[in-house]
Amino acid sequence: MNIVVCISSVPDTTSKINFTQNNTKFDNSGIQFVINPNDEFGLTKAMLLKEASGGNVKVITVGDATAEPVIRKALAIGADSAIRINKVATDSYSTAALIASYLKENPADLIIAGKESLDYNGGAVPAMIAEILGLAFVNACNGMDISGVSATLTREIDGGKETLAADLPLVIGGQKGLVEESDLRIPNMRGIMQARTKPLEIIEAEEAEELTTSVSFERPAEKGACKLVESDNVAELVSLLHNEAKVI
Amino acid sequence: MSVLVYTESWGGNFRKSSFEAVSYASETAKLLGTDVIAISLGQVSDEQLNKLGGYGASKVITCAGIEKGDSQAATNAIATAANNASVIVFSNTNTATMIAPRLSAKLKAGAISNVITLAESTTPITVKRKAFSSKAIELITINTEKAILCFTPNSYQLIETGGSCSIETSSANEKGAITIQGQETASGKISLSEAEIVISGGRGLKGPENWGMIEELAEVLGAATACSKPVADIGWRPHAEHVGQTGKVVTADLYIAIGISGAIQHLAGVNSSKVMVAINTDPEAPFFKAADYGIIGDAFEVVPKLIQEIKKLNS
Repeated sequence: MNIVVCISSVPDTTSKINFTQNNTKFDNSGIQFVINPNDEFGLTKAMLLKEASGGNVKVITVGDATAEPVIRKALAIGADSAIRINKVATDSYSTAALIASYLKENPADLIIAGKESLDYNGGAVPAMIAEILGLAFVNACNGMDISGVSATLTREIDGGKETLAADLPLVIGGQKGLVEESDLRIPNMRGIMQARTKPLEIIEAEEAEELTTSVSFERPAEKGACKLVESDNVAELVSLLHNEAKVI
Repeated sequence: MSVLVYTESWGGNFRKSSFEAVSYASETAKLLGTDVIAISLGQVSDEQLNKLGGYGASKVITCAGIEKGDSQAATNAIATAANNASVIVFSNTNTATMIAPRLSAKLKAGAISNVITLAESTTPITVKRKAFSSKAIELITINTEKAILCFTPNSYQLIETGGSCSIETSSANEKGAITIQGQETASGKISLSEAEIVISGGRGLKGPENWGMIEELAEVLGAATACSKPVADIGWRPHAEHVGQTGKVVTADLYIAIGISGAIQHLAGVNSSKVMVAINTDPEAPFFKAADYGIIGDAFEVVPKLIQEIKKLNS
């Protein structure tokens, strides 16, 4: 089975987010980049599928050279090869179109992406890839079993889950549940050494239409000071929530 | 050119987020000087469909033969209805996030997720959205004639217009390459992403056996329950309850954090809630810097008192 995992290089979850160029661009100075957590669940699932029934795992990203440490980490975790489409991803559609264009030439049986990336949170790329390629798609996918060409999947719905079945090829937007946190792999020294020589192909980005344009960023309004209530005066808190905040 | 709004039903009933979506679509239509058409997928009674008129839809297209979990069929049905629409509105549910981007790629119409405001400008459509897991707000514009806006549940108010709508039945019955085998939903529980009040517990609660009081507090407030990441990771609570940067993002009117210190990843997932309350024994807990109200104290003493006081208020 040929599995392609779409990965995105995102700021570590502990990062403080700043902007530059008059608040129009994300300031990446001093930021530690990691594999987008939703993508890491997908990559681990891909490794488990490969180990169970053979195949090949390729990671693909749209990004400039700053994405390479994260790609190497994916290779160290166990992906066989990597593709980097050389363009800073700025818009979901153009990103999806570039990946879909590669996949048209190099078809995969299973395309795993994360349900959203933790930077811009667009959550759109996997569904767009599925639409451009005309494939079935499951988002917020938190369970997948594959037997031959048949996949059984679960997706999170508001307040529960839905079970679906589809034949490969298929696109999923994965999340936690696909594998558990404890299944995630920390690259070992052997993996890190091997990753240095695994193939990483860089493809120049073709022209891709952008459907949206980011204008500027701001921070959410600062909260005022916290009003503390004595622990033996819980009635006061209820009164504040009822009369002042008017939320209960 | 009208505004088309996707309305989502479960078990034949619309949820609050669908009425919010119609309200949002109505206000958008006012800005554009046009009317609102709603589309519903799956079996829904006329009585439910008529409710959409009460929030400003002038017409509802009902596609009983289309399953929303089949994103290919759902996208095609909505695309047909969107022929004469300039803006297509979704509430950002787990199902809408499967359909809206497909529709964007199909129609080459720019789509924006996590929208939190009405259009600030309509030529071109420009809105604010949450980005960087609510650590930032992005102003973003759509480059295409048709626009798809997916707004965050609970970020728009319900506006009842007292209007009514006509119902148009679509015979679309396409099936995509996916089969829906079944659904499991916890009945009677309030969905976390659209809950107005959320009661959330952290490691300070010491063990899963102590969640009884969290559930009781949620019950008296009509709230949903949630938890921090460590609590879900050690298996005290299901993953579906994990709120934070890598879990669910909640936009509640009231978020009560009990025994949660307030790590940056947790705060990112909750800080767009309107009012936040922290209850923690540690006066240095970062949550007190983010909260509007706080009690420094032991949850095992404070929460039972809180339940009593709210019961008094309710009676």
